[in-house]
Amino acid sequence: MRVLVAMSGGVDSSVAAALLVEAGHEVVGATLKLWGGASDSGCCSVADVEDARRVAQQLGIDHHVFNLTEAFEALVVAPYVAEHARGRTPNPCIECNRHIKFDRLAERARRLGFDALATGHHARVAADPTHPGRFRLRRGADTAKDQSYVLSMLGQPELRRLVLPVGELTKAAVRSQAAALGLRTAGKPDSQDVCFIRSTEGRQGFLGRRLALHPAEVVDLAGRSVGTVPAVELVTVGQRRGIGRGDDGRRRYVVSVDAPGRRVVVGGPEEAACDGVSLAEGTLHWVDEALPAGARALAQVSAHGRPIGCTLAEGPAGRFDEPQRPVAPGQTVALYHADEPDAVAGAGVAA
Amino acid sequence: MSAGSSELCYLDHAATTPVRAEVAEAMAPFAASHFGNPSGGHRAAAAARRALEEARDSVAEVVGCEPGEVVFTAGGTEADNLAVLGTLAAAAELGNPLAVVCSAVEHPAVREPCRAAAKGWFGAGGSPVVLREVPVGGDGVVDLEALEALLDPSVALVSVMLANNEVGTVQPLTEVAAAAHRRAPRSVVHTDAVQAAAWLDLPRAAVGCDLVSVSAHKLGGPKGVGALVAREGTRLRPLVLGGGQERERRSGTQNVAGAVGLAASLRLAAADRAAEWERVTRLRDRLAAGLAAAVPGLSVTVPGERALPGHCHVLVPGVDREELLVLLDADGVCVSAGSSCASGALEPSHVLAAMGIEGEAARGALRFSLGRASTDADVDRALAAVPAAVERLCR
Repeated sequence: MRVLVAMSGGVDSSVAAALLVEAGHEVVGATLKLWGGASDSGCCSVADVEDARRVAQQLGIDHHVFNLTEAFEALVVAPYVAEHARGRTPNPCIECNRHIKFDRLAERARRLGFDALATGHHARVAADPTHPGRFRLRRGADTAKDQSYVLSMLGQPELRRLVLPVGELTKAAVRSQAAALGLRTAGKPDSQDVCFIRSTEGRQGFLGRRLALHPAEVVDLAGRSVGTVPAVELVTVGQRRGIGRGDDGRRRYVVSVDAPGRRVVVGGPEEAACDGVSLAEGTLHWVDEALPAGARALAQVSAHGRPIGCTLAEGPAGRFDEPQRPVAPGQTVALYHADEPDAVAGAGVAA
Repeated sequence: MSAGSSELCYLDHAATTPVRAEVAEAMAPFAASHFGNPSGGHRAAAAARRALEEARDSVAEVVGCEPGEVVFTAGGTEADNLAVLGTLAAAAELGNPLAVVCSAVEHPAVREPCRAAAKGWFGAGGSPVVLREVPVGGDGVVDLEALEALLDPSVALVSVMLANNEVGTVQPLTEVAAAAHRRAPRSVVHTDAVQAAAWLDLPRAAVGCDLVSVSAHKLGGPKGVGALVAREGTRLRPLVLGGGQERERRSGTQNVAGAVGLAASLRLAAADRAAEWERVTRLRDRLAAGLAAAVPGLSVTVPGERALPGHCHVLVPGVDREELLVLLDADGVCVSAGSSCASGALEPSHVLAAMGIEGEAARGALRFSLGRASTDADVDRALAAVPAAVERLCR
């Protein structure tokens, strides 16, 4: 099989490439240049490209660098900024997967004659035993590192041409494989956070350069003013940090954000609890068959969050079995099968 | 995969050229037995010194200057940096406001030092340098009228490349130098002749220039060595300080093997220039015509008569050049897009942008560059591979 491996310069994609070479496939590595600005994390810096290229050399495979900065700015970064301006909480890594890796790059792989695209994500693509020719997307073997959440937008056309070589391995096994192969990236720390935001400036610094940030009034559910925040665009629904405590001494959480109105509503633990999440129209999508309203599922609302039992409802929406902290508008809600908790059923975006 | 021979079809001579056998032979002793440091006083040093000075004489003869005007450097980029920053540093000592004029299509090795100077590379105490870029026409030729308007007595440096590395356009340097002498009499005129030296007779083409940069690996010589020709009387501050070699203009133990290689490659290039100009032009014209005929909508960016003999820059509609390069590379055909960044990714070309070619039009920009090692077989292979690759991407 001719496989194009997306190599970020990290240890996971390095080992993914190595495993494919070992299995006898025709492998070519590609690193994406996504960001023209300064960055100190994976996927974007010149150092990461060099690491990926060096690993490719060590594995004896061709390596290319693709400049997708224009598409990345238009489809990931600009929408990220726009969402924050609206008081929503986007997930740019998911948008990068959706628009860049599994759209632009996957299309390019197809045009260049590759049979499949491979990445170093900790997740698994498996043939569906009950439906020949169809595929399941499952969590990675290492539950602490599982990345099925950021792949939950994929469907059959993508899964058919996707290979995830490290999904069966624990992170420790990946690192020891890399070390055994003498790969330069064996000991490289995992990249955290958003690749286009420097750790020295953080989200505030980055957004502050692209947006005017506005202070907002903080009110409780009775409408009484309880303080202010310096930047409404940086506030996330469900957030506790910076919100202080109520008169009763208990913690407060952000219940809603009105960015244009410069208003943040906060409440105590019970007041802030939500019994479900509404999904934005047109964002609910299924890996294979749609689950109907009334079906049971497990909802995961963050990359490594605890799955929450829920029932699907018209809307579309999900009704939690137990009240939860509210899900920030813009966040991806990944849905796993109730009877097969490690298989992704689909995903939507919180409205 | 590739049905062609396992040998590469190398059409990227603008990036670098194969080392000519005679050059490698001339250099060989200096990587082995002839190891002396030219700066010493004993006979081992003297032998190395002699080879260095013979190389210097040889370079001077080809380039059309005095031996003392040749400063050996570690390549074209260093020569360009020395030309720009060394000139501006010297001019800044006089304390007057300074301007530097360069074309909009200069190589980054000129462009970046000019920009750095404009941003205050010299730090506190130096006069701020104003950068003025001369626009070019659709064929990449500098607009002489616009140049005139940008020249005034505050201009300390005028830098226009003799030929452009991306699209191959040859600049009217005689007119540029004449304008500079007329309207900016105190200015130093520099030309980056790195790409041009393989093809143009520098004594004629660079007449009127005070500083000329050349690089060995663009004309059959080794990487890592070049020279800045600095006419007597040109005020230049060194960038590399130390033992004072090259008459205080560039310190460091000289790369004797490299200098010998540079000299040999310049000498050989001058000797076969006329015949090769004709032969390579014919090959290039056949390639250009063949591509235009076989690839729907393909256009040749700069007409042959305006460009160096080996350059064939084209615009292929409807494809992404990154993808075309991957397919051609898989087929053993080595070409380039002419502008990349440190990571190896392609960058939008400032040269094409200056020529009015941007966005979708520039997406399919590709540079073929032939050289002395190119043959009819190379052209045949490219004409077989390119249309097939384009057709595949458009499917």
